[in-house]
Amino acid sequence: MASTTQIPAPPARRTALSNKQGHNHGQRSKGAKGPGRLRPNYLGGLGGWLWLAIIIVPIYYVVVTSLKNQAGFFTSNPMMPPTEPTLDNYKLVLDNDFAMYFFNSLVVTVGSVVPALLVSFMAAYAIVRGKGRFLTWTNNTFLLGLAIPLHATIIPIYWMITKAHLYDTLLALILPSIAFAIPISVLILSNFMRDVPNELFESMRLDGCSDWAMMWRLALPMTRPAVVTVGIYNALGVWNGFLFPLILTQSPSTRVLPLSLWTFQGEFSVNIPAVLASVVLATLPLLVIYVVARRQLLSGLTAGFSK
Amino acid sequence: MSTSTGSSRRVLERGPSGWLAAPALVFFLLFAIIPLFGVLFLSFTKWDGLGEIKLDGLSSWTTVLTDPVTGNALWVTAKIMFFSFIVQAPISLLLGVFTSASQKYRAALAVLYFVPLLLSSAAVAIAYKALLDPNFGLGPGLGLPFLAQDWLGNSDLVLFVVVFVIAWQFVPFHTLIYQGGVRQIPASLYEAAQIDGAGRVQQFFAITLPQLKYTIITSSTLMVVGSLAYFDLVFVLTAGGPGYSTRLLPLHMYLTGFKANDMGAASALGVILVVIGLALALLLQRLGGKNRNASQLEGA
Repeated sequence: MASTTQIPAPPARRTALSNKQGHNHGQRSKGAKGPGRLRPNYLGGLGGWLWLAIIIVPIYYVVVTSLKNQAGFFTSNPMMPPTEPTLDNYKLVLDNDFAMYFFNSLVVTVGSVVPALLVSFMAAYAIVRGKGRFLTWTNNTFLLGLAIPLHATIIPIYWMITKAHLYDTLLALILPSIAFAIPISVLILSNFMRDVPNELFESMRLDGCSDWAMMWRLALPMTRPAVVTVGIYNALGVWNGFLFPLILTQSPSTRVLPLSLWTFQGEFSVNIPAVLASVVLATLPLLVIYVVARRQLLSGLTAGFSK
Repeated sequence: MSTSTGSSRRVLERGPSGWLAAPALVFFLLFAIIPLFGVLFLSFTKWDGLGEIKLDGLSSWTTVLTDPVTGNALWVTAKIMFFSFIVQAPISLLLGVFTSASQKYRAALAVLYFVPLLLSSAAVAIAYKALLDPNFGLGPGLGLPFLAQDWLGNSDLVLFVVVFVIAWQFVPFHTLIYQGGVRQIPASLYEAAQIDGAGRVQQFFAITLPQLKYTIITSSTLMVVGSLAYFDLVFVLTAGGPGYSTRLLPLHMYLTGFKANDMGAASALGVILVVIGLALALLLQRLGGKNRNASQLEGA
């Protein structure tokens, strides 16, 4: 395949390594013409722009269509911007309890991610710093969890949640979400924690620090990027989760955003612009976070998964 | 008594107490491991989801294993797993290499590449349902008749539509993994190759690919095991149809349990899902050698 020629020239690579954010200082174009250097990678560039088109066209279509009124949707060219843009579709979505679904999603996400981070961090600390058969076994259990499609367990989880009288509550979504976030969180956190130099722990130990104190005063600051990464990754997963809400909740008062998109689509199936406006509105909060904090977000995720 | 205090003191000297791992372990045992055994137990029962659970021997298994829909679901799952791997793995690898370079335009493109990471599967599926509409979607919009097909209603095409949409949603995540992997390759390797006169293609096969071995294993494992969890996207996009043509195993499990109210049969399907996932993960780890996993376990 010709696109294997997407290897960047070495000068570019050096800057990529020295600067994890991936920003250059214009070195490549200078080096590219020198003797023995590689030619600019036109094929790679072409592939890059092609993939951009594949990513952008659906997003463009969704945004443009959400601004059309229904008559405009049926008569105008689907890929053209509306002649008379309208926000009526957004108003319709907001009038249909969008704020409540948003709030539910927020409660479930924060309620799952914060406890998951807390227990996973403590477990990762014990696994990395501690010894013994129990901790080895615990770690192996979590590693096993990475290999198993945990969603296969929805039926017993449904049974447990109904027996605990938690069906159709937000807590029903929070509890399994915490459990499902633990394996990957422990794995990433413990990978990072292993890089904290042992001498730092030793010297704190000599100063008479307990493990509890070392965990919060040494391990946490030293692994903060990993904690942020794991937090973001889990938050995305819970915020966008669909299966647990589908089987563990029922009434509109416990509905979360992804499920609300689906039910909204069922109710307003003929009003495509309104359905797509709901898609835009549900994505907008994450998009705002992405625009503000994309550097931390991407470099954190990159570091977390390539370890 | 004295021996136990002695050993606990030794544990204190050697590191933190295992109790710190207990909260995570309890959560995980309660909501993942116990349900794992629960699904096995429930596969030997009869339950409609509301009433009593009754032991029922092997009848759920007989139902599931003789039902042609199960075989079809396995076949559909295998096809989607295969095609989505074949499509996603090379694209994410190449995009990861592409975006790891430092040109400004590539960094700018990368910011846009990762936008699909933010969307929920439900949102992606709903967007594509509208986009693929033969009358009001992409086809008439671009004036390209071959794009104006009944993509989701044609049982020959729909599988590839699902593979495409899955790739659209998940390639960004794997691109990110590869991007991080490429950035960890020492620059000196490329400099040496450059001096030896290796071209771009040679460098890719001689340095980039071998150096990315563990990244490839990680990404492939997530991709293959992850394809057993493509539930929400397909559920909203096609609901398994038309007919049974996109009825994946997880979707088949859901529909059997929560729509046909046969939790016993659905549990048997769940067991099959777990066994397949476990076998695939072990196979992939075996293919990649044991080094990485062993070092993770040693650290414990």
